Amino acid sequence: MDIFLQQLVNGLTIGSLYALVALGYTMVYGVMKLINFAHGDLVALSAFVGLTIYTQVFGEGITSLIAVITVFMFTAAVIAVVGVLLERLAYRPLRTAPRLSAVVSALGAGLVIQNAIMLIWGPNMMIFPSNLFPSTIWNFNGIVITFTQLMILGLSSVLMVGLYFFINRTKMGTAIRATAIDQDAAKLMGINVNKIIMIIFIIGSSLGAVAGLFIGIYYRGVTFDMGWMYGLNAFVAAIIGGIGNIPGAMFGGLMLGLFNALISGYISSSWAETFTFVLLIVVLIFRPTGILGEKVAEKV
Amino acid sequence: MSEKLLEVKNLHVSYGAIKAIKGIDLYVNKGEVVTILGANGAGKTTTLRTISGLLKSSEGSITFDGKEITQVPAHDIVSLGMSHSPEGRRVFGTLSVEENLLMGAYTLKKHDKETLNWIYKILPRLQERKMQLAGTLSGGEQQMLAIGRAIMSKPKLLILDEPSLGLAPVLVKVIFKAIRDISESGVTVLLVEQNAKAALKLANRGYVLELGKITHEGSSEELLNSETIQEAYLGKKK
Ligand SMILES: Nc1ncnc2c1ncn2[C@@H]1O[C@H](COP(=O)(O)OP(=O)(O)O)[C@@H](O)[C@H]1O
Ligand SMILES: [Mg+2]
Repeated sequence: MDIFLQQLVNGLTIGSLYALVALGYTMVYGVMKLINFAHGDLVALSAFVGLTIYTQVFGEGITSLIAVITVFMFTAAVIAVVGVLLERLAYRPLRTAPRLSAVVSALGAGLVIQNAIMLIWGPNMMIFPSNLFPSTIWNFNGIVITFTQLMILGLSSVLMVGLYFFINRTKMGTAIRATAIDQDAAKLMGINVNKIIMIIFIIGSSLGAVAGLFIGIYYRGVTFDMGWMYGLNAFVAAIIGGIGNIPGAMFGGLMLGLFNALISGYISSSWAETFTFVLLIVVLIFRPTGILGEKVAEKV
Repeated sequence: MSEKLLEVKNLHVSYGAIKAIKGIDLYVNKGEVVTILGANGAGKTTTLRTISGLLKSSEGSITFDGKEITQVPAHDIVSLGMSHSPEGRRVFGTLSVEENLLMGAYTLKKHDKETLNWIYKILPRLQERKMQLAGTLSGGEQQMLAIGRAIMSKPKLLILDEPSLGLAPVLVKVIFKAIRDISESGVTVLLVEQNAKAALKLANRGYVLELGKITHEGSSEELLNSETIQEAYLGKKK
């Protein structure tokens, strides 16, 4: 039972990170019917940018709430700009081209970002300082929660609830949903589709940036190619939840994180990745549009 | 007295190598209902989509309310006072009826409660179903929604592409009654219809489009009484 509860905490933590990244995939897919394969590499870029801002501006030794907030805000802003540029340079010119061209462009853009990280920060693993967050640990009868885990769970929940309300309760959010359903009809309402796509990339990239920073803070070691692994897991999470569906991405991320943690806890962490794909296949056999993906099917 | 709200001059539109519109001229005066008739594939939808900015013309000019809009993107044309209810309704299926209507008012800072209430008055079915997802409405109800959504922006010109297509006769009546109400409230209407007789009864003037060219034009009476029109467009229909 202890292992179960401990892995529940660990699983929800990593699941929240998957969910944040999965939202980026699913929102872009929802509006553009495009898998942004460079998204995982933006997540990796975020960790390096955040690390540099932290060490250059604040110096290794200093920790304060202000420093952490500044690092998060600046990094999210930088990654949002990179995300918008990515769309302008790699996807917009191919908006009316066959989808395969856009997929190739996405894969290429991912390689460019990955190699840029390697050229700027080098091919070796870089280590996040351990003192960004207090090292407070809570121990409930053997079940351990760290301050970092609590921050990940807390901030991710706030961001996801906020996004949910933005998408479902505001005029701009409704316009985003309308654009996802029918771009021409959206234009006839006076909706500037290019602006909507830009907003999607800003939101998706910022959420990915938060996840990238948390990955650095939580796991400490970051490598230029780590975007591939986190990106793939989050992409699988988005598909499990139903690609294009926002609550689906949140649900899929949490579910995949939990599943991974339980496999790691009861079988072995080296099996986690294999089981990820077993889970994906099982879900797709029984629900080809993903668990919450009915709306996507309805649209076709 | 008759002031031109929309004027299209020498319009050409192509899909790649296929020339769909081959130099047409038409105009709509303020307050008029003007209809464009024509067989399937004549180019009616292409004309409307070009006017509202979804398609780019290869030649010619479009002037709306004194402003040249040939190069203006579709989303900016809406705020100039033109609204286009497209062929096939194109309601947002996974949005509620009311959300669809509010999207119609996207260009307004704040949607106009009066317009919304007026739409609910002339199309009461929409009010009954306002919380329902648009995709679950019947075809006729979706058409009502598409028209209601288009007038939420309080347009000067309402463009309608085949609003009665595929509807049962009772619903066709409801739709035409709503168009008449909208026209009488002061909105100018450009109407494309398969149902030529009903369209000409409602309209002041009409154009006949054949293979991308205008072959006849005139007042509705002239067109209703013209033998060629009667044979081609009114003969088999009742
Ligand atoms: N997206 C398109 N690509 C190529 N040709 C098209 C396209 N849409 C319409 N056409 C062609 O243009 C012509 C006019 O079509 P359209 O404007 O839809 O006619 P209508 O609305 O009068 O039925 C037709 O020959 C049609 O086949
Ligand atoms: Mg048509």
